[in-house]
Amino acid sequence: MKRLTLLFVLLLAAGAAALAQEPLVFDDAAQEERYNALTLELRCTVCQNQSLADSDAPLAQDLRAEIYEMMMAGRSDDEIKTFMIERYGDFVLYRPPMQGNTLALWILPIFLLLVGAVIVFFTVRNRNRKLAAQRQGDST
Amino acid sequence: MIGRIVPIAIFVVLGLLLAVGLKIADHKSDLPSPLIGKPMPAFSLPLLHEPEVTVDSNELIGQPFLVNFWASWCVTCRVEHPVIEELARTGAIRIIGMNFRDERADAKAWLQRFGDPYSMIIHDYSGRTSIDFGVYAAPETFLVDENGIIVFKQLGALTPEIIDGEILPRIAQTGSLAKR
Repeated sequence: MKRLTLLFVLLLAAGAAALAQEPLVFDDAAQEERYNALTLELRCTVCQNQSLADSDAPLAQDLRAEIYEMMMAGRSDDEIKTFMIERYGDFVLYRPPMQGNTLALWILPIFLLLVGAVIVFFTVRNRNRKLAAQRQGDST
Repeated sequence: MIGRIVPIAIFVVLGLLLAVGLKIADHKSDLPSPLIGKPMPAFSLPLLHEPEVTVDSNELIGQPFLVNFWASWCVTCRVEHPVIEELARTGAIRIIGMNFRDERADAKAWLQRFGDPYSMIIHDYSGRTSIDFGVYAAPETFLVDENGIIVFKQLGALTPEIIDGEILPRIAQTGSLAKR
């Protein structure tokens, strides 16, 4: 059993190694960090719920290569994001910008949190009152 | 009192969200293209049949045309093919094929097997131009007006309904746009 598990783990590792291609050369660690952050933040448009970093789709590979080249050409993160948005729309950003059509997206969580807080507040107060009333009833 | 209303209210709100979500889910693939209303991306690429001839995107502008992204590896393109052939037969509009991320030999074999309805096929071997067009997957079709502006984009296969409902009316319109 143990051997089988080991074999399985090894196979998985081999698979991961086979997937990892195109070793990219960066000038420094900061640049590599930037590249990783960017590809994580941009969506792979073919496989809509994966980021460019996660996806192995041919388009994602091409887009990663494109991003790498733009970085090497000295373009800023914003310029690279604009390049992507111009072609694929806001949809490529995993963190949607705050604007008219995304307002609900940003405000709803805060709103729901407030609603929850109000409910908790009233529930707790009601219970305290009931308990207080009970205690009074007991003491008399 | 509140204790009773709140769960019901939450239920109603969740139900509404679900209803809206389901409605949107139908149109999930209708991602808007940011390129609509903008000039067609510029390119300079060889022809599929004559690799020594390079076509510049500016040379195409003048009359409305369709740019149809296809490839031999694309299964849906086969489904779409008869529709494009039919449209080509009517002569309503120029159809420019954009063969992308494809080997020349494969593309040619595909055309031999299924027919070649295109007035011209451009070969985007690297797929870089397809990125400039924001193509996610094949087939995708762009309608470009006589000024070189993208006026419509179809994600996925063209159908007779889309041609009659979206493309042909827009071609009729572009004539009047030019006169403005």
